[in-house]
Amino acid sequence: MSFNILSWLVWLPVAGAITILFVPRDKADIIKWVAAGFTGLQVILTVVLWMNFNKDHVGFQFMEKASWIPSFNISYMLGVDGLSIPMVVLTALLSFLCIFVSWKIDKAPKGYFSLFLLLDAGMMGVFLALDFFLFYIFWEVMLLPMYFLIGMWGGPQREYAAIKFFLYTLFGSVLMLIAILALYFSCGRTFNMIELVEIAPTALGTLSWWGFSGLKVVWLLLFIGFAIKVPIFPFHTWLPLAHVEAPTAVSVILAGVLLKMGAYGMLRINFPMIPDGTVWFAGALAVLALINVIWGALCALAQTDLKKMVAYSSINHMGYVMLGMAAVVASGTQHGSNSAAAQLGMNGAVLQMFNHGTITAMLFILVGVVYDRTHHRNIDGFGGLASKTPIYAGVVALAWFAGLGLPGLSGFISEAMCFLGAFPVYRTIVMISTLGILLNAAYFLWSYQRIFLGKLNEKYANLEEINGRELFTLVPLAILVILLGVYPSPMIDVMKTTMAHIVELVQVSPLLNVN
Amino acid sequence: MGNIQSISYFIPELIVTAVVLVAVVVDLIVSERNVHRIGYLVIGGLAIASFALWLSPPEESSTLFLGTIVIDPFSRIFKFVFLLATIVVVMMSMNTDELKSVRTGEYYALMAAMVLGMSLMASSVDLIMIYLSIELVSIVSFILAGYLRAQVRSNEAALKYVIYGAFSSGLMLYGLSLLYGLTGTTKLLELGSAVAALGPGSELALTVATILIMAGFGYKVAVVPFHFWTPDVYEGAPTPVTAYLSVAPKAAGFALLIRFFNSVFGTGQPLNGAAWEAIEGVPWQAILMMLAAITMTVGNLIAIQQDNIKRLLAYSSIAHAGYILMAVPVLSQDGIYAVIFYIIVYLFMQLGAFFLAIVVSNRYDTETIDDYSGIGWKSPYLGFFMAIFMFSLTGIPPTAGFIGKMYLFAALINGGSQFYWLAIVGVLNSVISLYYYMRIVKVMYFEGEREKNLYRPAGASAAIILATGIPSIFFGIRWSFLADWVNSSLKFFVSGF
Repeated sequence: MSFNILSWLVWLPVAGAITILFVPRDKADIIKWVAAGFTGLQVILTVVLWMNFNKDHVGFQFMEKASWIPSFNISYMLGVDGLSIPMVVLTALLSFLCIFVSWKIDKAPKGYFSLFLLLDAGMMGVFLALDFFLFYIFWEVMLLPMYFLIGMWGGPQREYAAIKFFLYTLFGSVLMLIAILALYFSCGRTFNMIELVEIAPTALGTLSWWGFSGLKVVWLLLFIGFAIKVPIFPFHTWLPLAHVEAPTAVSVILAGVLLKMGAYGMLRINFPMIPDGTVWFAGALAVLALINVIWGALCALAQTDLKKMVAYSSINHMGYVMLGMAAVVASGTQHGSNSAAAQLGMNGAVLQMFNHGTITAMLFILVGVVYDRTHHRNIDGFGGLASKTPIYAGVVALAWFAGLGLPGLSGFISEAMCFLGAFPVYRTIVMISTLGILLNAAYFLWSYQRIFLGKLNEKYANLEEINGRELFTLVPLAILVILLGVYPSPMIDVMKTTMAHIVELVQVSPLLNVN
Repeated sequence: MGNIQSISYFIPELIVTAVVLVAVVVDLIVSERNVHRIGYLVIGGLAIASFALWLSPPEESSTLFLGTIVIDPFSRIFKFVFLLATIVVVMMSMNTDELKSVRTGEYYALMAAMVLGMSLMASSVDLIMIYLSIELVSIVSFILAGYLRAQVRSNEAALKYVIYGAFSSGLMLYGLSLLYGLTGTTKLLELGSAVAALGPGSELALTVATILIMAGFGYKVAVVPFHFWTPDVYEGAPTPVTAYLSVAPKAAGFALLIRFFNSVFGTGQPLNGAAWEAIEGVPWQAILMMLAAITMTVGNLIAIQQDNIKRLLAYSSIAHAGYILMAVPVLSQDGIYAVIFYIIVYLFMQLGAFFLAIVVSNRYDTETIDDYSGIGWKSPYLGFFMAIFMFSLTGIPPTAGFIGKMYLFAALINGGSQFYWLAIVGVLNSVISLYYYMRIVKVMYFEGEREKNLYRPAGASAAIILATGIPSIFFGIRWSFLADWVNSSLKFFVSGF
């Protein structure tokens, strides 16, 4: 296709941000509609992309390549495959909806919406970049708008939250930079990810860091960079703070898209490029996943701040993703006769990434709705709201049930896939982590009960019902949650060829065939 | 090459010398009111010198003046750096309120004299010449630091600078004399083989000489533990001088350091891609690595505690010297490439940051970081560029500072496993530096509200901000041209072998 659709996806929001700079600052409505227009166009482009995507094709599609800095062998290279396309759709959809979520921003809207669009461009770039250097640039560029969005439009502790987020992520990414450079030099000076997948598994073998096997060190450096984003215990402490202090739309992006970038990075880079490291670490990954599941759920249970509870639920839900990813080592006679379990787990992980994106977006938007009206988020400070705001209570119920993994809603399918995939390999871990589901249900149901059921808190006798704009941001997500809960195959079909390929790439590791 | 023949290769330096003399003479004639025009004269003269340098054959490589200095692509690129930095700093000096109270004719003449001294530093190949050129730069720096005679702060800065300078010069002279005593020659190009021929038994003397000589170089580039003069001098000196001292003499120090260690303690390869070897027995690579690690860590940790923007930038410049120093002991073409690339990028971002401090001080009469509160709202123009410089100094894409750092780390990673720890220390230091650079961004943007009357610097001030700000972004996105230029400059004169 001569039409460079992927470049359009990445650069359209940048064009939007520049356009906004030329709108007079007092025309807030025009600014918002420009932002909505550009992100809307982006959504249409992703639909076109989805329609034209060949789901049986192994490898990348819609590739674009141009030379950038020839002397260092850096190129501008984009492409999409079954792993990235769900993330691209998620990014475009959430960015579009978040423009409407932020409709009431009145402090410096020009700055807010242009930064938001730059953030959108950075996220798109991360999911589409096929040159490792370009990937890193997008990965880092995204930090800047995020820092300002939290720090300038956030809650009372925004300054602390913003710098903590920035320091944590930069810490991870500079370690990643070292790993990228190590890969670059040991693989014959290339940043091309497709070439790296072919060369790196063997080229790293000779590398040694102070007597440690180089591939393990490189794997770990990359892993820490990505784990901070996911976030995996013990790198998670930036998350509750940043999510709580950020404005609603930014929390949605943080939880809905940014966390996925960590898992995406592992699947795109760690798994296929360093299979030996992946097999070596898979067991530890499963344990970390278990900690995430249980720890996240227990912390969520202990919260009195509704938004903090939702933030911790993200840690819990990302644990399932990690569990599904750890299943990649399922192979051979020990775990059934082929890699079916591994594929199930990996597909489950990516599906859970997408589903968590939609569900958590709903959760944060809904928290924002009640916060806008009552100006607090104390779970015990409400009570009986269902009688005043039945529609709101209904939507919350849907989102909460999706969050706790009720069968029929999308979260159930993907969580079940993660568990089933991991079970043959890590029986004990999976059995303990199903406890997470129980705790999961406990904090969602308990908070629901305290907010909506019982006697109406008299303070909120005149509480406004959820309005049309807010419903508009929730309905598309609700439709996806129900649709993928009943009929998940369209999504799985898109990703399964690619995921099978990644499983294959990991399972060539000689470490795996020893047992 | 003999003295007379050499002159035709020395034209840029001769032009600079003429500029110094003309400026001094003109200063005697013109009235108080027109004295700032000497600034234009110096800028014009240095521009002509740059043009002459540009016309000089880029690949020419030979010794001049009976083997005391050389011309080669390596010194040529550094001379461009000095000329550019000086032109920018002279422009900055013409736009600061600090220097309004004093007669500045000599000031501009001294700036031009610095260029001459630094050009000689970058091209000296004789121990005597090295010492002379360092002294030329140092003595001029002392005067410039104390230029605000009426201010106690400025006087204190100059005095401290003199005392530290004299002490470290003494140490270096002692080191040089040891080296001469061991080998019997002052010629850098002969010292390499003479040192290699010394054989076992002389390692201790050589190591002592290395450390003593490092005291001299370390003082110029402000490497810990030879850095104690920096904060007070940087705070007390007029801000343009501070900006200048934190960029240009540092670059000259690195040029000298690289050439010195390469020819004396290395096997003196002409940087043509072949790996160098360090001579055995003298652990100078380890010394430099340790110094680099300590320098950036100390610089960053102390910078966190600063409340004055000039002191903060002073300590951060110590940290940057540490980053640059990391790549020197790698002994590879990549390493030298990274050093030069970083120095060029650093020139733009550091001078830009200092100039914004000047503009803020002119407008709001403050050097305290907390008083920067809301500047992003009061003057989006200042705020935006200050943020760009801060991101670039931290090394965050898509700014030039990131590319510079990336090359430094790449040189270390490619250098071999003995450098990995230094790379890790380096990246962790970048994270530390984020904290204090972002503090400035934070007070500028996270506090304050939009105001009706926005401040926008005009004329020359805006031009300087753009001239430093645009390269700081542009070289983060497209740096092929710069990369090629630096790559073609990686040639020493080494025909002594």
